[in-house]
Amino acid sequence: MTDLTKLTLADARDGLAKGDFTSVELTEAHIKSMDAHRNLNAYITETPEKAVEMAKASDAKRAKGDAGKMEGLPIAIKDLFCTEGVQTTAASHILEGFKPEYESTVTTNLFNNGAVMLGKANLDEFAMGSSNTSSYYGNVINPWKTADGKDLVPGGSSGGSAAAVAAGMALAATGTDTGGSIRQPASYCGIVGLKPTYGRCSRWGIVAFASSLDQAGPMTKTVRDAAIMLGAMAGHDAKDSTSAPVAVPDFEAALTGDIRGMKIGIPKEYRVDGMPEEINKLWENGIAMLRDAGAEVVDVSLPHTKYALGTYYIVAPAEASSNLARYDGLRYGQRVMEDGDSLDDMYMKSRAAGFGKEVQRRIMIGTYVLSAGYYDAYYNKALKVRRRIYQDFENAFGTVDAILTPTAPSAAFAIGENEDDPVKMYLNDVFTVPASLAGLPGLSVPTGLSSGGLPLGLQLIGKPFDEETVLRVGGVLENAAAFNAKPFGQEG
Amino acid sequence: MTYILEGSTGPWEIVVGLEVHCQVISKSKLFSGASASFGSDPNTNVSLVDAAMPGMLPVINAECVRQAVKTGLGLKAKINKESVFSRKNYFYADLPQGYQISQFDKPIVGEGTIILDMPDGSTKAVGIERLHLEQDAGKSMHDQDPKYSHIDLNRSGVALMEIVSKPDIRSPEEAGAYLTKLRAIVRYLGTCDGNMNEGSMRCDANVSVRKPGAEFGTRCEIKNVNSIRFVMQAIEIEAMRQIEVIEGGGEILQETRLFDPKLGETRSMRSKEMAHDYRYFPDPDLLPLVFDDAFIAEIEKTLPELPDEKKARFMREYGLSAYDAGVLVAEQEKAEYYEKVAKGRDGKMAANWVITNLFGALNKLGVDVSESPVSAENLGKLIGLIGDDTISGRIAKDVFEIMIETGDDPEKIVEEKGLKQITDTGAIEAAIDEVIAANPDKVEEIRGGKDRMLGWFVGQVMKSTGGKANPGMVNKMLRDKIMG
Amino acid sequence: MSSLDKETVRKIAFLSRINVSEEGLSELAGDLTRILDFVEELQEVDVEGCDPLTSVADLTLPLRKDEVTDGNIQQKVLANAPMTDAGCFVVPKVVE
Repeated sequence: MTDLTKLTLADARDGLAKGDFTSVELTEAHIKSMDAHRNLNAYITETPEKAVEMAKASDAKRAKGDAGKMEGLPIAIKDLFCTEGVQTTAASHILEGFKPEYESTVTTNLFNNGAVMLGKANLDEFAMGSSNTSSYYGNVINPWKTADGKDLVPGGSSGGSAAAVAAGMALAATGTDTGGSIRQPASYCGIVGLKPTYGRCSRWGIVAFASSLDQAGPMTKTVRDAAIMLGAMAGHDAKDSTSAPVAVPDFEAALTGDIRGMKIGIPKEYRVDGMPEEINKLWENGIAMLRDAGAEVVDVSLPHTKYALGTYYIVAPAEASSNLARYDGLRYGQRVMEDGDSLDDMYMKSRAAGFGKEVQRRIMIGTYVLSAGYYDAYYNKALKVRRRIYQDFENAFGTVDAILTPTAPSAAFAIGENEDDPVKMYLNDVFTVPASLAGLPGLSVPTGLSSGGLPLGLQLIGKPFDEETVLRVGGVLENAAAFNAKPFGQEG
Repeated sequence: MTYILEGSTGPWEIVVGLEVHCQVISKSKLFSGASASFGSDPNTNVSLVDAAMPGMLPVINAECVRQAVKTGLGLKAKINKESVFSRKNYFYADLPQGYQISQFDKPIVGEGTIILDMPDGSTKAVGIERLHLEQDAGKSMHDQDPKYSHIDLNRSGVALMEIVSKPDIRSPEEAGAYLTKLRAIVRYLGTCDGNMNEGSMRCDANVSVRKPGAEFGTRCEIKNVNSIRFVMQAIEIEAMRQIEVIEGGGEILQETRLFDPKLGETRSMRSKEMAHDYRYFPDPDLLPLVFDDAFIAEIEKTLPELPDEKKARFMREYGLSAYDAGVLVAEQEKAEYYEKVAKGRDGKMAANWVITNLFGALNKLGVDVSESPVSAENLGKLIGLIGDDTISGRIAKDVFEIMIETGDDPEKIVEEKGLKQITDTGAIEAAIDEVIAANPDKVEEIRGGKDRMLGWFVGQVMKSTGGKANPGMVNKMLRDKIMG
Repeated sequence: MSSLDKETVRKIAFLSRINVSEEGLSELAGDLTRILDFVEELQEVDVEGCDPLTSVADLTLPLRKDEVTDGNIQQKVLANAPMTDAGCFVVPKVVE
């Protein structure tokens, strides 16, 4: 029997449909893999019993001829999605032990479509980070290693999700992306990650980081898998006022493999100073692949690109400082309170003990940029620049169908690297943040290896609610690149 | 009529602006589907949104938007077809999100006007600065335990309209008239029940003093005063305090103060002021609130006749004085009652009866017009009985006393007690003849030119008929008989 | 260039309700200053006539019908609370 953990989502779906194996078998294979790879620390909470139960129910449902889009497929859920009765931590100490009495809309959709939950995947605390080293529950290790066997970060914030998929500990995983948290770890772990258009997936029940940017999306082994999974996650939700009342298309049907005549934009501003040659080469190769497939490649200009990171690191912390005010040790989560403490003492101690360093930094920066006397200089200015960035894309999409860029400026780096200076870590998001600010769909597809043998991804950015084009072009890129390298221990 | 406070350095004028929080009448909360009703067990009218659970999101209640627009129309205010919800960030035990969703620089309603009806019948316009929608907070209870406070989130997220006046108010009386009028308007509109003692209408007063005609002084905000009387008291007491401070060489600090009605003083809440910085910013969970003219027009259609219009109509249709009309329209129930009484009858007489007799009696009984023992229909009948000469005005007062006690129909009372006015010429003539026969000397006096004695004769005749003789007829017939 | 001093950081930490030690304040002052320097380049962007972009969602606020659809879940509301009594959340005494 084939190793069920090596299947793509699409293969597993078809195998289940044909009766080659059951959901219970598929799920148990993944649970075994979770045991084998526990050293990667990809999960904060594993839910094997629940998984088997869900798989049994799924098999029964299928037997009655009633199969959803992801019937019986075991996946990991980023521990930012609230899951009813299952601890949800956002990788923070402050939420340790928190068991939601509700299920997020996205996981509800997935479960209604038959998906099976294996556990809650690790992440950067409150999704703030690019290395998954800020988790209170320990860092995640990338299944890929350096040639001399050194451990690497999986990227972040959806690092646990990316590692789980890359290591065969889940057929696919949910991620969330605020400034690159799906795409960058996908690139670092050699998988596919899709951040949909802002408003495509409901934010209801997802622990909020920056509300105007947060968006859930699939992290999968292939572009087709991403199309399948997005279809099962997305949809208008009346409980989220920013959820778009648009129909969910058949994303899989968009994978025609035909991009002849399509116009692909190459933004010259993404050729940043000091970009490693191998990233440039990866990009050039990608351009050539699309051209060979019949697309027309044109230069576009996104003149405000260089301001995107600065904008992001004002807007996101500002919103976060407010979104995280509810973690006060009063109604849920950790409380630190000693005899004689005032209410403020309780707040200050609970939040100091409950939040990690990076989260504290971002809350404080956010507090500062919103405070009296600084609002206009920082926050409001950033919102205006954000409009400029948005307009850049609008202009570009006046002539092109999609934009191709690298996903990240480097391959995965060693654990502990970039930790000395918060700003250095922020630079990892340089290529992903602009599309986040503009709310556009972005897809990372692995297309090559670094000189050190580590995966590298290219990013496709599309028009609002045009994930179909992004997926179609992504499929072509995937085929042409024929990326089939596997992390250490996953070969064959 | 300028209100002046005399200080040791001369006259002072006070400047007041009021911020009134009105709880919006709606079934559910502003951003959640939990009930907005009062008086349930703690934390039962609470959704996961109201408790600010992780990942919960607000969705706005259309009715609260309509109610705010309706109130704005009632205040003759500018309705902003695009407005924005912002977060006001601060930590407090009864504020689960760590921020209040409110409106900051783009409120749903802009400038408007309230016309005050002053006790002397004069009017004064006070400007409205804005009206915005926001969430109420929960409730902290401090008396359940010596060491701990208890938090109930039932109120958390209930919709409030904050209505901010311009600093146009110049006396405690005007502040009282402002609140009375605002309460009347929201009650007419059905957008807020206006009950200050239950907290569904709460008032903060910004008070400053100045020498007449000078620049505005530094203001202090007196928080959460819970009756109109207390607001008036608090303003006067705070103004006196400020005058004393300034005249004593001190300076007024802009601060929040609390009114203590028992001690009759305001005191600083400086402890709470520590480093407040609300960091307002547009709520990224919500989008701009936008509606069109048709939405407004739809609401406009539902507007009732408001106090000012009703007052003007009462003056026009029933010939009432500004004062009487003002009293009658102060509450919708009173105005409705009056109109039922006055319909098809003498409007002025009806107003007199309603204001002097009925309201006086209700006052003594301590009940509202809605609980009046005398129905409008019966009071109308009583006035009808006077109008068609069935009873005299004097007898009517007796009948009214009985009506207040029994709630009976005045026709029945008149019938049963035999109070019908005597209009039979023969009967009156017999009574007159009797009185004339018994007092020939007095008849001579009148004939000798002492006209005033005629009144004495009328009195005697009325007395002998038990007050039931028609006084007009008695008068005329007496005159004819005696003067020939 | 903006540079945050310890006092400013102390104030921000209080507004954020995060207890920070004296040494922590200095370290944070350095970190936050670096971040502010990093975002400083925004100041050079010409945003004349540009409205702030608060949401990319090309929508206006959807309105909900006024119906009671939620609540009466006291047990769920209190389920994760560190301290409760008589159906209420419990906190250190708040002095008014």
